[in-house]
Amino acid sequence: MHRALKRRTTLVVGVAVALTMFSACTPAEAPKPIATPGVEPTGTVELWHFFTDREAKALDDTLARFKAKYPKVTLTVKGGQDDAKVTTAIGAGTGPDVAISYSTDIVGKFCAAGAWVDLNPYLQRDGVDLTAIPEVARSYTEFRGKRCAMPFLADAYGFYFNKAMFAEAGLTEAPKTLAELSDMAKKLTKRKPDGTIERAGFLPLFGFYENSPSHFAPMAGAKWLNADGTSAIGADPAWKALLTWQKELVDWYGYDKLEKFRASLGDEWSADNAFHKGKIAMAVDGEWRMAFLKDQAPEVQFGVAPLPVLYASHAGAGYISGNVIGVSRTARNPEAAWALIKFLTTETDSIVELSNGIRNVPTTTAALTSPQLHVDPAFQVFLDIFANPNSGTTPPSAIGPGYQDTLSEFLMAWQSGSKKDLAAGLADVDTRVNKMIELAG
Amino acid sequence: MAAIASQGSAGAVRRSPRRPLVVLTFIGPALIGIAVFLIYPLLAAIYFSFTRFDMFNPPVWVGLDFWQYVLFDDPTVRVAAKNTLVFVVLMVPARTVGALLTAMLLNAMKRSRSTYRTLYYLPALAPPVTATIAFVLLLKPGTGPVNTLLAQFGIEGPGWFNDPDWAKTSLTLLALWGVGDLMIIFMAALLDVPKELYEAASLDGASRRHQFRYVTLPTISPVLLFAVITGIIGTLNYFTQAAVAGSVASGQVTSGSGIAGTFGYPENATLTYPMRLYSIGFGNNLFGAANVMAVILFVVSMTATIVLLRRFKAFTGSGS
Repeated sequence: MHRALKRRTTLVVGVAVALTMFSACTPAEAPKPIATPGVEPTGTVELWHFFTDREAKALDDTLARFKAKYPKVTLTVKGGQDDAKVTTAIGAGTGPDVAISYSTDIVGKFCAAGAWVDLNPYLQRDGVDLTAIPEVARSYTEFRGKRCAMPFLADAYGFYFNKAMFAEAGLTEAPKTLAELSDMAKKLTKRKPDGTIERAGFLPLFGFYENSPSHFAPMAGAKWLNADGTSAIGADPAWKALLTWQKELVDWYGYDKLEKFRASLGDEWSADNAFHKGKIAMAVDGEWRMAFLKDQAPEVQFGVAPLPVLYASHAGAGYISGNVIGVSRTARNPEAAWALIKFLTTETDSIVELSNGIRNVPTTTAALTSPQLHVDPAFQVFLDIFANPNSGTTPPSAIGPGYQDTLSEFLMAWQSGSKKDLAAGLADVDTRVNKMIELAG
Repeated sequence: MAAIASQGSAGAVRRSPRRPLVVLTFIGPALIGIAVFLIYPLLAAIYFSFTRFDMFNPPVWVGLDFWQYVLFDDPTVRVAAKNTLVFVVLMVPARTVGALLTAMLLNAMKRSRSTYRTLYYLPALAPPVTATIAFVLLLKPGTGPVNTLLAQFGIEGPGWFNDPDWAKTSLTLLALWGVGDLMIIFMAALLDVPKELYEAASLDGASRRHQFRYVTLPTISPVLLFAVITGIIGTLNYFTQAAVAGSVASGQVTSGSGIAGTFGYPENATLTYPMRLYSIGFGNNLFGAANVMAVILFVVSMTATIVLLRRFKAFTGSGS
């Protein structure tokens, strides 16, 4: 009895010690005071980014100018670091001073959890005018009033079409509405005698290349989240209209035939991309596709345009996303870290140089109109999409891309026909998303 | 005999008082390893499963909220769990039987055994990502060599990794293709079966089938059990091949956390339990739920191991 009691006491003490250890071993708040205005940054600052090859080289060129401007700062750079690595490193207290992420989806989490520090005090101290950044880019870099990120170049998604195929079909310009897109897709599609698809005018399946609900949402001005952060998907008629249009086009092709055709196409990121190979006549894609086409399929004569839209009032729209940059809560040198971010995201020369090198869209009004910016008519289309107030983005959320993933999951069943009740499906998406948001706190 | 027993007894009585310390010194590093890399993470996972935890701030106790979510509220967890169980049912027997048959065939070969052994073992040496990419491209509908070859015979090949009805079978074929690691272990086990047993069974009139049933199987049963247990644990943790196959087959080869966008392609047919765990944690920031899933996975793995060990009792030497 005595031994049993002793064993039980040991167990209770052991569990108590373990619980204390788990609590103690988790990172705590580490607020850092900001310096007074005019203090010159010094010391070492570490930057992590995900770029490789050509893009990493372009970034290095701009960073060389930072080093020249701030000779007292020693900059160390680590490439090829993705979000999971940054998250783990910051959580373990070994994160970099500054990190660049390719996804705006981390902003909600990093802002809410304080993984990246609020930049507002630095912005106010240095008098940075945020209105120089278009509203859409401002919106995906802050969460619940906390600006924990700055936009580091943007991606604008628009519409690509094959000019030779258009000419062959007697078409002269890109579709402006979804109805026109359907008509043109049907006109440009070629089938074999057995009905299988030889060439698709437009491949409407979600999950194919850049066909995601987030990239399609601006076509109808579909709303993702309410002001309180809960899901707006089920209640927004724009989603129902957009998804009904998509399903009608899928059914015209035949889902099985589309899947079979899709399975025969090359990888999106390879030279075998279906648009490069003339297997599809129209596609939704980012501005960076132009660089791929120039490099891998220079013979393809293509045109670009804003996304076709459901209502004329949304004309000129596209999807906007971008890279984001922030200062880790564990930054050893936050002043130098902020100096680096300010240099990369607010100084026109830096932004223009980066945009010219990486071929992404610059994120300030001054950079967008800079004479130094390399602009051709096609790139101008994406600059216009970026500046268009109808363009949309995916709002930051505490559950990251959870709301997009949940909708995508339903859409896979919707487009295949295994789930037929659109309203019920979208309502279920709302329920699931709201549950996740509630749990995330 | 009595003298030996007496010596042993005296030795036990005269055990050095420092003996426990010596023993502890030898097993200490292993104990520290187990404590740091098994016990601590396990207890931590249990604790975090009752908390809202974001990896950056101290966890907040939320009780059973995440358990409720994982067990009842998230239908995708159920899909992923079901897929994983199907993979266990398909892959573990396929790999075990496939490896055993291959090993028996190779051992029975009189000539070129080492050449064939190398050939069968080679796929197991390929890194999983590379092997998966190559396999998916081999089976790519429309342009892959397998379906092209089938078309030569007038057979329309299936959609393989692009067809939800075939995706699991395709992954099982991939697992079977890389069976070389297990095959080598079985070859060694088969060579260890005493020849005298076969000779005695043969003299007793046992057929080849009976020799396999009553001589080979009981003798290699510890190795079989090892193959089944490690196979079950490995398949419960199945991640890389399913993630890469979905990514390649969907036509969006990508890396890093971006790969989560194609998890489960096509139509969640290849979504496994660990993949859902990853996306719930690192994608949706519900680390509490991810820890619930990790604890459940541990319990299932542990239970399967204990049940199998008790069932066969081969490792303990008490026979099956």
